[in-house]
Amino acid sequence: MNTMASSPTPLLELKGMRKVYQTVVANDHIDLCVLPGEIHAVLGENGAGKSTLMKMIYGVTQPTAGKLFWQGQDTNISNPSQARKLGIGMVFQHFSLFETLSVVENVALGLDNPPKLKQLAQDITEISNRYELPIDPFRSVHTLSVGEMQRVEIIRCLLQEPKLLIMDEPTSVLAPSAVRKLFETLRQLAAEGCSILYISHKLDEIQALCHTATVIRSGKVVATCTPANETPQSMARMMIGKDLTAYKHQASIPGETLLKISGMSCASNDPFGIHLNNIHLAVRAGEILGVAGISGNGQKELLYAISGEELVSQSDAIQICGVNVGKMNARGRRQLGLSFVPEERLGRGAVPEMSLQDNALLTMIKPVVVEHGLVQSDKVRAYASACIEKFDVKCNGPQSEAQSLSGGNLQKFIVGREIMQDPKVIVLAQPTWGVDIGAALFIRQTLLELRNKGVAILVISEEIDELFEISDRIVVMADGKLSPTKLTQDTNVEEIGVWMSGLWPETDQPTALAAV
Amino acid sequence: MLLKFEKRPVASELMRYISPVLSIAMTLACGFILFGLLGKDPIKAFEIFFINPLKTSYGISELFLKATPLILIATGLSIGFRANVWNIGAEGQFILGAIAATGVAIHFDYHPKLLLLTEMAIAGMLGGMLWAGITAFLRTRFNTNEILVSLMLVYVAQYLAEWFVHGPWKDPDGFGFPQTVLFTENALLPTLFDGLRVNLSLLVALFFLVIAYIFIFKSFSGFKMLVSGYAKAASRYAGFSINSSVWLGLLAGGAMAGIAGMTDVSGPGGQLTAHISNGYGFAAIIVAYVGRLHPVGIFFSGLLMALLYLGGEQAQHYLNLPASIGRVFQGMLLFFLLGLDILVQYRIRYTGFTRKEA
Repeated sequence: MNTMASSPTPLLELKGMRKVYQTVVANDHIDLCVLPGEIHAVLGENGAGKSTLMKMIYGVTQPTAGKLFWQGQDTNISNPSQARKLGIGMVFQHFSLFETLSVVENVALGLDNPPKLKQLAQDITEISNRYELPIDPFRSVHTLSVGEMQRVEIIRCLLQEPKLLIMDEPTSVLAPSAVRKLFETLRQLAAEGCSILYISHKLDEIQALCHTATVIRSGKVVATCTPANETPQSMARMMIGKDLTAYKHQASIPGETLLKISGMSCASNDPFGIHLNNIHLAVRAGEILGVAGISGNGQKELLYAISGEELVSQSDAIQICGVNVGKMNARGRRQLGLSFVPEERLGRGAVPEMSLQDNALLTMIKPVVVEHGLVQSDKVRAYASACIEKFDVKCNGPQSEAQSLSGGNLQKFIVGREIMQDPKVIVLAQPTWGVDIGAALFIRQTLLELRNKGVAILVISEEIDELFEISDRIVVMADGKLSPTKLTQDTNVEEIGVWMSGLWPETDQPTALAAV
Repeated sequence: MLLKFEKRPVASELMRYISPVLSIAMTLACGFILFGLLGKDPIKAFEIFFINPLKTSYGISELFLKATPLILIATGLSIGFRANVWNIGAEGQFILGAIAATGVAIHFDYHPKLLLLTEMAIAGMLGGMLWAGITAFLRTRFNTNEILVSLMLVYVAQYLAEWFVHGPWKDPDGFGFPQTVLFTENALLPTLFDGLRVNLSLLVALFFLVIAYIFIFKSFSGFKMLVSGYAKAASRYAGFSINSSVWLGLLAGGAMAGIAGMTDVSGPGGQLTAHISNGYGFAAIIVAYVGRLHPVGIFFSGLLMALLYLGGEQAQHYLNLPASIGRVFQGMLLFFLLGLDILVQYRIRYTGFTRKEA
């Protein structure tokens, strides 16, 4: 990229950055230029090479080729400590905090030369006041919400007075109101002269926040643009290289209730878990019920109870197709027609070391492939191959190990595997989490088709927009409780966003049954 | 740091099979040095240790005889190990199998040979399963650690055997030695070749290897156990019971160790003695791992381990070395194997002198 002679010296300039992992070219000749005080978006689908690029800037990995200029100087950043000394801070997508320690202890652990805890606590309070990031430095991290944890990570960076702050998909864990708050903080930082590299695949956010965007596809820079001059569609086209096909949400007439939870309460075994409190919920044939909410509010526990991975003491607290299943294990519930896509793909939804074929066998009830205790592997292979083809899973055939697939492709395989079981009820947790736009669209489209065929669908997602796109009704989960249900057309993102913090009007009706 | 371990993106299939071969090579290399340090001519010592036992048909027969219980036990253990069920107490289950088979042999010695041997085999399996079942029960009911429980039960089993041979089953004509009467001909396993001691138990072991192969690679139960070994959460997600994996893993190990105990008392010895505990149950753990928990691998590693036993005896006779030299080789073999197994998941990379931060 050329900077004009009159422009200020770029804070950071990358020229021809290239990173090769064994046989995979993760970054190929990437040029990037960040000016002081600029909020610069790096936009790309999952697997496009955004994270690799950030890791090279932060010194986590070394480039195979290319040059990095920091304030005009040719610089070689060999480790994160050196990056921090230069003035580069990074907030990772996955936090690195110790749950049992307090905020100030966690911050101290992340600093190269931490001051005394008391002094540090004062510094934290000062920063948190200046940037409106309220946090009590002496609280234990496990009592914090995800948004607050992110604040801790940001404060940890700000304490070092960075010139460049790298934010990796920061809004994936935040409620809408928290997103607005974060943006204000970031704008304030930029106004003070700190540059921000903002990594995301959410187009609306980039339009709202960023001055410039560099679009990466398959490890290469495909465009640099000014988001304010673009439309989400035009940026999406740059990002995925083709037009997206839109889908239709037709009205449907829901049938009988196929999944019903009545008055379920259960205490979590996990010391940091959430206790479920008097949950009522009903999903009918031919409808999609969306459960909104910030994760860590009981979604995990609710899913365990529905799937049968955790049994509940009252057999009739959960009914699938009219059968009491509270004490039935997961396989039994599958036999009744339940399919389930969990949030964790590797290690729960799929065994990482096993082939796709074996992972198909994991939840296979139909067609029957076990005779006299022996597995008919040719039938399983055919099923896995059909799933790979039908759901466009990119892999080296049914023998590929699950862990060799990218997150999005594995998700397509798992969703496909569950759908091909011809379920009456399907429950999905974060169905498009970490999945690229094309695949996410495909998965949503498939869910709508299933709904039109009369399947009862429960979707638990943090992506509020996704829920509004596909759900017929929406309910919010907060602190182990469920809000009243709303028809999607009768509510809006604002209202649901408020409810996500647990502030919904009390009603006498059992929640979620309101519309039944 | 000059060298660092770097996680491989995909486990190396090649290293999985090379590492046992490499660990054998390293064991031999260290053995070479060891013999030298002990003042023996290493080449000669090697010949005595590794070649002498195989020079005669009698030697080969002894090799298979020795390998049989190791293969049997390791086969059973591999079923549990694949599901991360750590049965370390095969030695105790072996002893219980021997005790149960002995009970049948001395109380029903009037039964015809085929019937009696079948009864002894079943008793042996049940004995081993009973002992392993205690561990399974405590693990599934009270979540006790199966490593500790199964290991401690080995000592209980040893005392139990001693009590039998010092007490109720002591041979009245045995000059006070702690042993039972010699079994009648009907209670002894028939040999396969005239003049050689290798017996029917070898075929039994091969039979169970085939069964284990089918169970592990073809059956749905085997698949369920494999899943619970790889990922507990996935096992729960699929609705496979972890407790039944624990039971199945321990009972398979117990049954195979038990029948190995039966073949021991019913073989050339032909009686139960206070020295029934001979370490096969522990050596079989090494056999299972060197054989990559795979039936075919276990067959060969069983033969290798048997050779180390025989070589140890030869070294004792002809080289004046202590009997424990065989154990030293066993230990080195396992040590190198576990060390080299890191290379399946990791590779070594030369990083030069730059300091890396995690």
